[in-house]
Amino acid sequence: RSGRSPRRVSKALREGRVSATDLCRKCLQRIRETHYLNAYISVTEELAMQQAERRRKLRLLRGYTFMWEPRGILDGVPFSVKDNFCTQGVETTCASLMLKGYTPPFNATVVQKLLDQGAVLLGKTNLDEFAMGSGSTDSSFGPVRNPWSEAVTGGRSSTELGSDWAIAGGSSGGSAAAVASLSCYLSLGSDTGGSTRNPGALCGVVALKPTYGVLSRHGLIPLVNSMDVPGILTRRVCDAAIVLDILRGPDERDSTTVPSPALDCALTEELDLTRITVGIPQVTDWFQDAGQEVVVSSALAGTAGGLPSDLFPWR
Amino acid sequence: MRLLIHMKSSLVGLEVHAQINSTSKLFSGSQVSFSSPPNSRVSYFDASLPGTLPVLNRRCVEAAVMTGLALNCTINMKSLFDRKHYFYADMPAGYQITQQRLPIAVSGLLIYSHLGGPKRNQVISKSIRIKQIQLEQDSGKSLHDEHQSQTLIDLNRAGVGLMELVMEPDMSCGEEAAAAVRELQLILQALGTCQGNMSEGQLRVDANVSVHRPGEPLGVRTEVKNINSIRHLARAIDHEIQRQMELLEQGGVVQNETRAFDQKTGLTIPMRDKEGLQDYRFMPEPNLPPLLLYVSGRVPAGLDPSQVVLVDRVKALLPELPGVRRERLVEEYGILPEHSYTLVNEDGLADYFETVVKATKAEPRKVIGWVVKELLSNLNQQNLKVNQSLVAARALAELLDLLETGHVSSTAAKVVFQELWKNPEKGAEKIIQEQNLGLMSDAATLQIICQKVVESHPEEVDIPKNVIVLNKLMGQVQKETKGRADPVQVRAILQELTSS
Repeated sequence: RSGRSPRRVSKALREGRVSATDLCRKCLQRIRETHYLNAYISVTEELAMQQAERRRKLRLLRGYTFMWEPRGILDGVPFSVKDNFCTQGVETTCASLMLKGYTPPFNATVVQKLLDQGAVLLGKTNLDEFAMGSGSTDSSFGPVRNPWSEAVTGGRSSTELGSDWAIAGGSSGGSAAAVASLSCYLSLGSDTGGSTRNPGALCGVVALKPTYGVLSRHGLIPLVNSMDVPGILTRRVCDAAIVLDILRGPDERDSTTVPSPALDCALTEELDLTRITVGIPQVTDWFQDAGQEVVVSSALAGTAGGLPSDLFPWR
Repeated sequence: MRLLIHMKSSLVGLEVHAQINSTSKLFSGSQVSFSSPPNSRVSYFDASLPGTLPVLNRRCVEAAVMTGLALNCTINMKSLFDRKHYFYADMPAGYQITQQRLPIAVSGLLIYSHLGGPKRNQVISKSIRIKQIQLEQDSGKSLHDEHQSQTLIDLNRAGVGLMELVMEPDMSCGEEAAAAVRELQLILQALGTCQGNMSEGQLRVDANVSVHRPGEPLGVRTEVKNINSIRHLARAIDHEIQRQMELLEQGGVVQNETRAFDQKTGLTIPMRDKEGLQDYRFMPEPNLPPLLLYVSGRVPAGLDPSQVVLVDRVKALLPELPGVRRERLVEEYGILPEHSYTLVNEDGLADYFETVVKATKAEPRKVIGWVVKELLSNLNQQNLKVNQSLVAARALAELLDLLETGHVSSTAAKVVFQELWKNPEKGAEKIIQEQNLGLMSDAATLQIICQKVVESHPEEVDIPKNVIVLNKLMGQVQKETKGRADPVQVRAILQELTSS
């Protein structure tokens, strides 16, 4: 395994330990294996292999051309994009029959930035129709299933899920499921009222909602213009930071973008657990009303039990 | 006048949409051009492809500020954009971006003049209050194909910048409205912010008309649309006023409706009812931040200069406005106000006049007659514009010089002018030579001719020192000499002959 982190796999690609086409092929294979999750609406196999092949060829030249540098840290790294981002020449449906068959003639700015890095687009992920939803259950192409479903439903075969499955959260459920099921290294979602954060939480991946105005919305088909932002889903926090830094910046095609300072921090990959502080909201009436107080408390206690006890003064 | 008979007053207000003269559209980079192949000037945003966003065109902002300043408006240093929603095939987004809450300019004044008085040679000055000027998008064009029961949509015009000028109902008849729109046209053309061609749709005018008895509350107003020339504007308004007055006289009720002007019949007809009162569901345009304007020296640090419009800089670029030009022409050249009015009213005529004046020794007061009478009537006869004149300004200047230096009489000069018009390649001198129109000033020759004329009109001569007789005799002499005789000499000779 080349590691779950774009940073690690990027290093592997650069060092020639794995080729862009091999990587792409593996990811496409993974998508096939996990098709029952319904995380993808379109898989751009041919296009992805073409892009990967191009990246591979350029890397081969590296030995002969001193001038050549990888496009960026994401060169050759496969990614997926929520199907409400415009992708040139690739069907963009917003999970709706209204846009079924619609092929935009341009790329969303954030998608273009990733492509400019040399990243490889695997496909468009499933979502609640037009991003209106918080479960990825309302798509014209069927709901997205949480890769961790069996943990909830209790031990089934991991190759197929019957009618008993857990939701992935939404509306960027497809993106979260794709990242959680290891079919891509990062995915773009969108967040209006939690649509990146909530599926990230439910699928157990890192989900970042950038501040409004930091990332361009040009090409992001809107739900609420004054609240939408492109969201970033990865498996590690440091990766989300890398992607944020690549994607941020004013765009003259989006009048609501503002300049933002560069990220002035280097996040480590390894976390020293002895130095963390975990914040937890007090178990409130809200949990009580939902009858979930006991469930929440025991889940928290269970997690705390796995950590050094002096770190976690849980009552 | 019908107004007196019906004892009612009429109120006329105008809504003007002026297409901004810019290279690209208000919120996208596609080109603004008249008569391009259909759907060849459409950007992704104009077609309302999902995910596209508006980006404000700086030139359009400057045009609106300049127009506001020229019309004595208060410029709002902060203005906002809104969405006005309605469904129509030529507006793919389903809404128009406009400025309903807080437009870019408010509270202005359009000062205009028209020729009035008993002889229509008095320049009367009037004004209309301008409520506001707002930036907004134009829609595309629908072409209804009756035969194939389909509507064809051309989006070339969709998204072109418009300035909507909302005026208070300070007018009362078609003539005033026509003069006001003409003045607005001249101002916009002088500014360069709008080309003002009504037939090409660059300037669109809708009229709001109502009538009421003086002292009573205002009547119900109707909106009159589909007016594509200033002449039609006057006709449409006057007809509508009359229609409303007659309707009320007969005990009818004026409906608050939209009526279309039919230029063939000169009548206004009700337009197809558009589902009653529309709810436009106005909302702030979320993709455009407030439009902020600045003044030099008070620009916050860190702003990109290309993103800043300075109101004082725009003000400094204001050209000479028509009203000012008229006054200057009167002062500088000593011509009559009504002539100055005509000069400024005709495109290019004032420039023509000033060119002639600078090139000739003749006095401006002499030049003006030639320009507003001879030149203008020739142009009007052949429906030509000043820049299509067959006699160039220099050519006329030449002719006037010859007149000044006594090479030709004033009557003959008029003939020369007409000849020049027919044969512009020949100069004045050549024509005078060829057609033998030079001034006849040889005393002996004149004496003989005058003698001849007097002898052939013995009955007139009996009445001595009669001015009318003298003029008639002079006319005869000029006829004999084909207008070439020197009038001063002839008058003297005839006077001598008839008094003896």
